[in-house]
Amino acid sequence: MTNSKLTNEDVFAKLKDTFAEKIGEFSAPYNLLTIEVPAADAHSIIDWLKKEATLQINYLTVLGAVHYPEDKGRELAVVYHIHSLVNNFRIRLKAYISTNNPTIATITDIYAGANWMERETFDFFGVKFNGHPNLVRILNEDSMDYFPMRKEFQLEDATREDKDDRYFGR
Amino acid sequence: MGEIEVKVDQNVETINGQGFQLTMLDKAIGLARANSVWPLPFATSCCGIEFMATMGSNYDLSRFGMERMSFSPRQADLLIVAGTISKKLAPVLKKVYEQMSEPKWVIAMGACASSGGIFDTYSVLQGIDRVIPVDVYVPGCPPRPEQLIDAVIKIHDLVKHESLRRRNSSEYKEMLKTFNIDAND
Repeated sequence: MTNSKLTNEDVFAKLKDTFAEKIGEFSAPYNLLTIEVPAADAHSIIDWLKKEATLQINYLTVLGAVHYPEDKGRELAVVYHIHSLVNNFRIRLKAYISTNNPTIATITDIYAGANWMERETFDFFGVKFNGHPNLVRILNEDSMDYFPMRKEFQLEDATREDKDDRYFGR
Repeated sequence: MGEIEVKVDQNVETINGQGFQLTMLDKAIGLARANSVWPLPFATSCCGIEFMATMGSNYDLSRFGMERMSFSPRQADLLIVAGTISKKLAPVLKKVYEQMSEPKWVIAMGACASSGGIFDTYSVLQGIDRVIPVDVYVPGCPPRPEQLIDAVIKIHDLVKHESLRRRNSSEYKEMLKTFNIDAND
């Protein structure tokens, strides 16, 4: 994080002061502060990061999910990348949820731009964002009945007939 | 003034006599149709770029009576599908096909339109023949303009030799039914 007015350690300490044990361990791969947070508290932490005057981490860069099928009970990671335009500081928050109950609070009330990102995450991973104004598929066809980025579903088209796996390196 | 010889076309079967020439209505109409096929380009990706080259002055598709691209399906005779068709786009393509009036022909240009191509994935239609009937397939990724011109010549052959009654035949209606398309549209 070059030319940032904040350091990873400062921000982590401030989060720890405010949210105490809710904040996961400190890690900074590629110098990007990455923190695991409980799914139930992700909303309030993101809200606090935006409103805290000394941080002003107020721009949602991207929101997405990752599927870890072997990690039982916390198969889906909802990932938030947030950026402080004022302090040139980036932070990554990860909230883990289960595929049995893949729900998390929407952050569209904090960032209007999260609307389509949450729809996309719902479309591909089936994460249900509670409170989202219009949680319907955004990219895939409406009739699709599964979430294609979950690893239990094959990437290939299930209806193909004329393609021999041997010629496609499978 | 001696004899006046009127010729329709050397390729059309005719019976010629002194001052008259006979041919079949099918063939005369087929000839007229073949030389005024109006294409509707449905271009979505790199095949569309090759199609534009074909349409442009170097390859000049208008030499074949295709001077005007019809961007309205209502006036188009030939649907040229050039590019990857995602599953979400399939109903749109079908609607465009249904809006074209009979007689109509279809070229599937390139690997994607013909079979899904390299995009063997959940979001891509594995060939437009899953939703609409296709007359001529053009292989290639993307095909060169010469290949598309060859396909157009093949379409011309089909148009020239098509019986006027074909579109009313029960076989044709049955074929459309397999695509869930109402023949009376």
